[in-house]
Amino acid sequence: MLRLESCHIQNGAFTVQADLQIKAGSKVAVIGPSGGGKSTLVEAIAGFLPLTQGRILWRDMDLTEMAPGKRPVAMLFQDGNLFPHLTVAQNAGLGLRANLQLSSQEQAQVLRALQRVGLGDLAERKPAALSGGQQSRVALARVLLQQRDLLLLDEPFAALGPALKAEMLDLVAEIACETHATVLMVSHDPKDARRIADQVILVADGIAHAPLATADLLDNPPPALKAYLG
Amino acid sequence: MARRAQPISALPGAGAALVVAALIFGTLAAVALRAEAGRGFGSSDWAALRFTLTQAGLSATLSVALAIGLARALARRRFFGRSVLIALLGAPFILPVIVAILGLLAVFGRAGWVSQALGLFGYEPLQIYGLHGVVLAHVFFNLPLATRLILQGWQEIPAERFRLAAQLNAGPRAIWQLLEAPMLLRVVPGALAVVFAICLSSFAVALTLGGGPRATTIELAIYQAFRFDFDLGRAALLSGVQLVLTGLAAFVALRVSAADGVGTGLDRALRRWDGDTGLARGLDAFWILSAALFLMLPLAAVVASGASGLFLLKPNVWMAALTSVLVSGLSTVVLLLLALPMAASVALGRSAMIEVAGILGLAASPLVIGTGLFIVIYPIADPFSLALPVTALVNAVMALPFALRILVPRAREVMARYGKLSLSLDMAGGPFLWRVFLPRMRAQVGFAAGLAAALSMGDLGVITLFADPEVATLPLQIYRLMGAYQMQAAAGAALLLLGLSMGAFWILDRGGRWHAEA
Amino acid sequence: MKYSVFAAALLSVSAAYAETPELTVYTYDSFVSDWGPGPAVEKAFEAQCGCDLKLVGAGDGAALLARIKLEGARSDADVVLGLDTNLTAAAKATGLFADHGVSADYSLPIAWEDATFAPYDWGYFAFVHNTGATVPTDFKSLGASDLKIVIQDPRSSTPGLGLLMWVKAAYGDEAPAIWGDLADNVVTVTKGWSEAYGLFLEGEADLVLSYTTSPAYHLIAEEDAGKAAAAFDEGHYMQVEVAGILAGSDQPELARDFMQFMVSEDFQPIIPTTNWMYPSVTPAAGLPAGFEPLITPAESLLLSADEAAALSDGALGEWLDALSQ
Repeated sequence: MLRLESCHIQNGAFTVQADLQIKAGSKVAVIGPSGGGKSTLVEAIAGFLPLTQGRILWRDMDLTEMAPGKRPVAMLFQDGNLFPHLTVAQNAGLGLRANLQLSSQEQAQVLRALQRVGLGDLAERKPAALSGGQQSRVALARVLLQQRDLLLLDEPFAALGPALKAEMLDLVAEIACETHATVLMVSHDPKDARRIADQVILVADGIAHAPLATADLLDNPPPALKAYLG
Repeated sequence: MARRAQPISALPGAGAALVVAALIFGTLAAVALRAEAGRGFGSSDWAALRFTLTQAGLSATLSVALAIGLARALARRRFFGRSVLIALLGAPFILPVIVAILGLLAVFGRAGWVSQALGLFGYEPLQIYGLHGVVLAHVFFNLPLATRLILQGWQEIPAERFRLAAQLNAGPRAIWQLLEAPMLLRVVPGALAVVFAICLSSFAVALTLGGGPRATTIELAIYQAFRFDFDLGRAALLSGVQLVLTGLAAFVALRVSAADGVGTGLDRALRRWDGDTGLARGLDAFWILSAALFLMLPLAAVVASGASGLFLLKPNVWMAALTSVLVSGLSTVVLLLLALPMAASVALGRSAMIEVAGILGLAASPLVIGTGLFIVIYPIADPFSLALPVTALVNAVMALPFALRILVPRAREVMARYGKLSLSLDMAGGPFLWRVFLPRMRAQVGFAAGLAAALSMGDLGVITLFADPEVATLPLQIYRLMGAYQMQAAAGAALLLLGLSMGAFWILDRGGRWHAEA
Repeated sequence: MKYSVFAAALLSVSAAYAETPELTVYTYDSFVSDWGPGPAVEKAFEAQCGCDLKLVGAGDGAALLARIKLEGARSDADVVLGLDTNLTAAAKATGLFADHGVSADYSLPIAWEDATFAPYDWGYFAFVHNTGATVPTDFKSLGASDLKIVIQDPRSSTPGLGLLMWVKAAYGDEAPAIWGDLADNVVTVTKGWSEAYGLFLEGEADLVLSYTTSPAYHLIAEEDAGKAAAAFDEGHYMQVEVAGILAGSDQPELARDFMQFMVSEDFQPIIPTTNWMYPSVTPAAGLPAGFEPLITPAESLLLSADEAAALSDGALGEWLDALSQ
């Protein structure tokens, strides 16, 4: 269970309030109008934004004061998920060891993860030599290696075409199942939510509402969501 | 408020800034405390202040005005050798002052090439000495820098805007109003302030080309206070005034320049659809040709006059060259140890004081720093034995402002782009530094190191205060050669110095970009 | 085992080192350069003193005095060599110098009676020009002519200060007017002698402030008779270069030996063709060939150290006023 207890998140002059719980193992979409606070919510859970009030708990562990890299969180950003000067294998290997001093056993593990996402042959390439979809796969291979309880996605596939995006979302769902991760996915597209999310959190006007079942919420949207969906 | 997570600590940068500030203010204080009652600020000091401000103002205005024309021509023309020309345009800035003055005089002096050509037609020789001579030399040094700063502004106008303008059939006037004038309004004040700050502390140029005591700058007045009057109090006071003035100019430069940085990658030409008329072409060609002649002829003169002298060089000159390379290398290492943490701290947002500390190197008088260090070191160690490390340290501090201009924008970019990703991968600290920050900064580190090495190579600096006969640097050896009637050998040594400065810059700059990924 | 052998060797070396007394002499840069008198002087003195002579260059003459003032009584220097009479009053006023005790039969054009500083060479300031050029015969004709001159800044250079004193000694209260006439002849003012002489050789001026002995360099070292010094009717101001012993010296005996050596037959013949000045005691063999064609001024001008010190501030003010118009 991920619990946000009466949290106030400060992002510059903008504040987002959240008081909600997410069941372990669920896949939750975070939707809402742009500027409403979706990214702010996710970044607070990842540890990039401080809380001015409240606390964040994962399975009774208090994350509030923990450094981002120490939290049980893996995160994919909108862009810049790979380091252009490192090879595919190194980029994925960062999920195991930040200093890249990998044992041969760990190197084999990296290779297996790359094979899992279909990039076994491209391990020594640099990201610039890959397509957009392949770059996303490298980032997902790293998520696989990180083995974190929480997977946060801040629209990492926004630049991909619809078919490719669907493919990636499916891969995310598979990986989440394999690693038993709880997924929080920011999206502005209700179709994404329907594709993989069991629940949806609506963030609008600085308030993050408690999660509701995806189909219920999207079929009978409350006024704030209705305004957004149009 | 709770602390935001950062991938790297801002503390080392703050520490480096403290070291720099302690060096500059500590030496100033040492000189001031050692002073006996002096005669304070005299009328001649006010005259020096006035002249300093006048020449720096004129030099900055002229450098930037010419740079606008040159940058515009370079921004909208593509021609064979353009990137070579842009690289060579950087040469005067890293040229040792003494070498540059010899070159300038060979072209513009009373017996120089221009005067000789005028003489063929029965005209009087050029009169280079005076305020205009000082300004001419400062334009020679700073036009390339100003051009780079402004060209950067031009290159940062997105290509789409020019496409849009072409679509709308906008002529040169409209493009000027829509795109270029707003960009210049943003870039020019910063460029002006930077050149102004550099010219404030001019010393050797004003002394040689100034034509007499009319052209007394503050730095020269500091010299007088030391040498003629031995009035340390006044020297410290004058140095303080210089620090304040440069600090103000630097503050303005930082405030007004949004997109700063002596950028790399200026060899990329924008595709433009305007300026295809014959007149515009002719005008641009004129700008580029005359700037190239103005900047390259003095360099050619140094090469021409030094070539024969190269064969007269004795082992002691080669030893001095080796010493200079050593000092320059050491100085470059010290510079990077100071500049990289400082750039990182600035990029993390802990900027104000650190950036100002970085700028102080522009304002500090080498004579005051040197004397201050001497006063501090003398009771505890033999100053002679520390000549080389001290020279390396002071040269590094002098190059720091330029290094920060180069490193900070890129450091900001790296932090913004990879900071969070690295944090989420638990790479904070060492892994971030070695795996992300330094690799991503490679090209800029190479550029900054090259600049620092070249500047240090050519600087006479504080070594004159500490030098013993065995450890002369090359610039000092050039002075010694001149002092022993060995003018031709001095010209040869100057050419050697030119080669070393340019070579050091080229190797380090290249090394940074070699095999670097986009 | 190896370690202790090494340590023993190091100890014995440093012990031997400690037994050799060291004499530290501060002087100006060009004295110690490879082309200056330094190397030969060091060899000659070490051959007779059983000591280590350490010649330390500290910039030019004016910097030398600033350096001594900075270091004060703690200075490592035993002897300071290279001040001139325009600086000796200020040097004496520091109270850092002791009497030299040297006696010699000086061949200076003037009597030498200073007990603190002893002269080792001297020369006349003069304007040097290319032979065949029109030559002024005094400051007034120079000021009236179109000839271009390069001079040194009195605030940073000993020849520059010498010229100030030359005009003052020759013209007294008329000096500002002379400088007023000279102002349009001055092409530029340089930091030191080297820059000025370099500009002259590059053709930037018709005349340069230097010494009557400068043409001897071109004649002897370059076999070039193309340079000459202009003889001025007012007479020529002298530069007398001196040395003195620091009161705080830990080698006072050795320092006195050096001072006596300095005016001896072992030191003086080195001077003419390395420092390009007249030796203060003419060597037994006389002056080298190349010195005879040099001009001999009608009158030798020299202000006493105290006069020079008293006049220098005012003279500098006049100079600044005249050249700042």
